[in-house]
Amino acid sequence: MNYFVDKNGYYGQFGGAFIPELLYPNVKELEDNYLKILESESFKKEFKELLDNYVGRPTPLYLAKRLSEKYGATIYLKREDLCHTGAHKINNTIGQILVAKKLGKKRIIAETGAGQHGVATATVCALMNLECVVFMGEVDIKRQAPNVARMKMLGAKVVPAKSGSKTLKDATNEAIRDWIGNPADTYYLIGSVVGPHPYPDMVARLQSIISKEMKEQLLEQTGNENPDMIIACVGGGSNAAGAFYHYLDNEDVKLIAVEAAGLGVYSGQSAATSQLGDVGVLHGSKTILMQDEYGQVTEPYSISAGLDYPGIGPLHAYLHESKRAVFMNATDQEALDSAYELTKTEGIIPALESAHALAVLPKMKFKKEQVIVINLSGRGDKDLETYITHLK
Amino acid sequence: MGSRLNKILKENKKLLSVFFTAGFPKLNDTEVIIKSLESSGVDFIEVGLPYSDPLADGPTIQHSSSVALENGINLDIIFNQLEALKNSVKIPLVLMGYINQIIKYGEEKFCQKCKDCGIETIIIPDLPMIEYESHYQQLFTNYGISNVFLITPQTSEERIRKIDKITNAFIYVVASSSITGAKGEISSKQIAYFERIQKMNLKSTLIAGFGISNKSTFNTVCKYVNGAIIGSAFINFLDKNGTGNSSNFVKNIVKN
Ligand SMILES: Cc1ncc(COP(=O)(O)O)c(C=O)c1O
Repeated sequence: MNYFVDKNGYYGQFGGAFIPELLYPNVKELEDNYLKILESESFKKEFKELLDNYVGRPTPLYLAKRLSEKYGATIYLKREDLCHTGAHKINNTIGQILVAKKLGKKRIIAETGAGQHGVATATVCALMNLECVVFMGEVDIKRQAPNVARMKMLGAKVVPAKSGSKTLKDATNEAIRDWIGNPADTYYLIGSVVGPHPYPDMVARLQSIISKEMKEQLLEQTGNENPDMIIACVGGGSNAAGAFYHYLDNEDVKLIAVEAAGLGVYSGQSAATSQLGDVGVLHGSKTILMQDEYGQVTEPYSISAGLDYPGIGPLHAYLHESKRAVFMNATDQEALDSAYELTKTEGIIPALESAHALAVLPKMKFKKEQVIVINLSGRGDKDLETYITHLK
Repeated sequence: MGSRLNKILKENKKLLSVFFTAGFPKLNDTEVIIKSLESSGVDFIEVGLPYSDPLADGPTIQHSSSVALENGINLDIIFNQLEALKNSVKIPLVLMGYINQIIKYGEEKFCQKCKDCGIETIIIPDLPMIEYESHYQQLFTNYGISNVFLITPQTSEERIRKIDKITNAFIYVVASSSITGAKGEISSKQIAYFERIQKMNLKSTLIAGFGISNKSTFNTVCKYVNGAIIGSAFINFLDKNGTGNSSNFVKNIVKN
């Protein structure tokens, strides 16, 4: 099996670029140039320097002893929460801002859910002195207030998306509409492995640093670069794509993708796309999405703004269909419980998104010597208000 | 192709098309809107299939779509409404919807329903040419359906020529680099773009749309292309005045 994008921009039946003609030149320009740029020596050098000295890479691979004891396995946490700005999102924004600069773009737009991608975009725009506009659902602006403040302090303009469910999906729609209106000077810096080809592939490549480091660190710490299992949460799927990337071809490594089940997969208040969705087109790519019988996109729900999305990236749709990855899910409550648990056992407050990945631990049986890596995609600072509210 | 639309497209006059969203303002307004547009002299009508995530549409059409969806509109209802009008409405109807609606409905079933309703032309703004050629061209042809492609100020000459070649209805000349929405004026930059397209001597009929809102913008663009589509301005009109006076809207545009 080949799990990487083909020359037409597809993963099996998923992917492609279903975009209005208005966006064709922009997407084509990116498609024609992204590999050339990503593989150029100057890009590689700049990217590495910024990841090492600005983001703080490599991020540690930490053996969580007490958590391991509790679940009877050998559990490592890949500490993306220690990245500058608090999540894996910055790996992607550093890479894409360098691409945007090489393409000569002057204005950067982005969508954001939890605000992590918005903050990561505003950060690299400040760093590169570029204009930054972030679209964010009105609902998310309320529940992720600290990140809104950070974006503003970083000099970004935050535009509320007031259409539809007023969350990540609608913020993405607004960003795409803005791009249609500003085709020449604007670069759309997408925050996950979603959108038209080549975005899913480009973002996966930029995030693949996560599994590249994981291999080296596992080899050093355990003598074997391959774990038995990697667990990551999936909103659009960028942290999971990064954590899986260098293991996709190695079928001995089990891949677990965890979606947000909200109040329960079948409660009507859920974002477990792979369980509730079917094939269609969302935000320019053919994938699996939550929709009604007439193809109207369903409004998802999750306590976690970063997972509150009715689709998954086309790579993940393919990993699901081909059964290369196992898709599990966790409810709001299970994620909250796991967040409190990690805080008390390891002294790490995870992002609500990452807490969903932790939340499948109680649902599985392990052996002591089994090596499990959980991608701890982000830290919980932005979610403190939610945590405090639910702690009572 | 000898479709009804193609006969009209060959007429030597300024063609006026009006867009409305099915199910807006009320679920069952489709018939009154179509009939009053026809009787007031519109040459062909674009029927918008309301979608939850209309990427190429501005606030006006977004709003009309969400109202229509709240009214309970869906593709089955729309096809029923259109089939009932099949014999009484003489001017061609063009459907405009997003690709996900068609995939979910079933591509073959969608085409069959179009055929049953006498629909011969569709516009799918998020279906790019390459996907059309590899997955839809054959199917649409089998059902006698012509797909309309859009060109924009950013579309290269080479691509425009290619679109011209595979077009058998009309080319939708997007008037500005923007989503749909009523705008006041046609800028000199837009004129330069229209002139550039005009000089290309394309074989296809050219119909402009996006931002054409009144008599003056309609007349201006018609100096360069064969006709124009008015959408958001009509939706705004319906929103304010209801369906009763739809023909007044058209009369204000076509009267000399
Ligand atoms: C910490 C964290 N993890 C995960 C996600 C989900 O995104 P993705 O699935 O692209 O990794 C987000 C999104 O905002 C996030 O902030």
